[in-house]
Amino acid sequence: MMPDLLIKLTLVGIVFFGVLNLAGLHTWIERKQSAIMQDRIGANRASIYGFKLMGLFHPLADAVKMFTKEDIIPDGADRVLHMLAPALSVFFALVAFAGIPFGDRVVIGERVIDLQVARIDVALLYVFAMLSLGVYGVILAGFASRNNYAMLGGLRATAQMISYEIALGIAIIGVIMVYGTLDLQELVRGQGRYVAGWIPLWGIVVQPVAFFVFLTAALAATKRTPFDMPEGESEVIGYFVEYSGMKFGMFYLADFLETIMVACLVTTLFLGGWQVPYLMPDGFHFPWGAELPLSSWTYAVLGVGSFSIKVLAFCWLFMQIRWTLPRLRYDQLMVLGWKGLFPIAVANVLVTAAALALLGGKS
Amino acid sequence: MGVKVLRRRELTFWEELYIPQIFSGLRITSAHFFRNLFLHAAHSVGALTHRAASATFQYPEQPRPLARRFRSRHRLTVREEGTPRCVGCMLCETVCPARCITIVAGEHPDPNVEKYPVRFDIDLGICVYCGYCVEVCPEDAIRMDTGILDVAAYSRDEMKLDIHELMNPALRKPVVECDLKFPHECRHSGGEIKGSWE
Repeated sequence: MMPDLLIKLTLVGIVFFGVLNLAGLHTWIERKQSAIMQDRIGANRASIYGFKLMGLFHPLADAVKMFTKEDIIPDGADRVLHMLAPALSVFFALVAFAGIPFGDRVVIGERVIDLQVARIDVALLYVFAMLSLGVYGVILAGFASRNNYAMLGGLRATAQMISYEIALGIAIIGVIMVYGTLDLQELVRGQGRYVAGWIPLWGIVVQPVAFFVFLTAALAATKRTPFDMPEGESEVIGYFVEYSGMKFGMFYLADFLETIMVACLVTTLFLGGWQVPYLMPDGFHFPWGAELPLSSWTYAVLGVGSFSIKVLAFCWLFMQIRWTLPRLRYDQLMVLGWKGLFPIAVANVLVTAAALALLGGKS
Repeated sequence: MGVKVLRRRELTFWEELYIPQIFSGLRITSAHFFRNLFLHAAHSVGALTHRAASATFQYPEQPRPLARRFRSRHRLTVREEGTPRCVGCMLCETVCPARCITIVAGEHPDPNVEKYPVRFDIDLGICVYCGYCVEVCPEDAIRMDTGILDVAAYSRDEMKLDIHELMNPALRKPVVECDLKFPHECRHSGGEIKGSWE
């Protein structure tokens, strides 16, 4: 019993460490990446003993600032809900990571450890449930602030959630049909096969349409710029108008956590998760016949590294999209969600079903 | 009055799809991103420094080049023996639209020069940097070419420049003691005229 608990705690520690650090670094990535692509330099002034380290101390300075700021709860606001909302946002965003497999199994002694915090049979449903609950904190924040703008932000978040969540859900049905499982670890293992002996059978190969629909809807799920209706800096300031200090920081953190979450999901569902092309548990088997045996530890490390690189690449892509595209208008988002993504996703499911029926069962 | 009819260009089918347009936008921003990232990396090892990776001037350390006609903080030009070229004609004080110049004229020992400024103060808190004083001066005694932009002070009094700071742009407040050879009315020594023409 005890070693099991320790193993689980270690896994939780690894995931928390990685995810929270990456989320903290996102403030730095956001400022630096936007600066570099706009021919600017970006944050580079914070220094400790003259060391600037490319502005890496700015997130630290931000955190210190957030923690020492005055915490304001408006008169007439629902104090309990007002306190609860940012905590809920971060909680659901963090808890969702339990379902994401970040590596294949590791064998220590006779103990087999799956590199996934919680081995859930319906991990996909679990992750989506938590992702959807994330909007709960946003709505509560708008609801409890006793501010009309915050209220509007919360309502917009609700409307936006409904319009993208359906497309998001239907887009993954195609993937589930192809791989025939809701268990994310099994789903990633299913992507370890090859078409014609050399093309990895990743989600993006068999479900390219679902990939694009999912990517678009997932961008909406992160509540960031092309789809930043709940914030809407230029018209309603958003659900967090009445928040200051670290409570505001937690909403920000939840935003970044959701970005990472979505990057993890896209990686897991469509880019083979921890799969490395032609890497089997005992080493590389290249399609042209060459083989390169590897120890089981190297295999595990390569898997985790592959997963991390894919997630980072998607974080980069999301950031690039966020700083490239202008934001959609509210009605345009609705049109995109209901008239664009939804029918495409449904058509994708139908085509996939027909293809599977013709080709016979699971591919 | 003619009416100009503006027609919005119809979007082509390709543009209506949005997706290709999104990709072309991403292509442009990514090209900038990778180009600048490469240049930043090259700069950090000292290569390719002639290609700029950003349009930014890191201001206090790296001042922007000023245009030659740029009007910066004033200075009083001096003769070879170190006295001001100003002859106390009051033209600049008269022309100044902001009335920030105060001159008190005194008699010059050289009979070819009628007067000299016993006091010459400019209140930069009022000055509008119009440059009229420079244009109007018949003696080329006042110029605005010090290149000093960061005129900042903690009080209005510190914004008032006297003849010490105007003759020597390197001098900044507080000016500790009066070291001018010619007699002038110095605020640093209780208003009495100090110095000699030696």
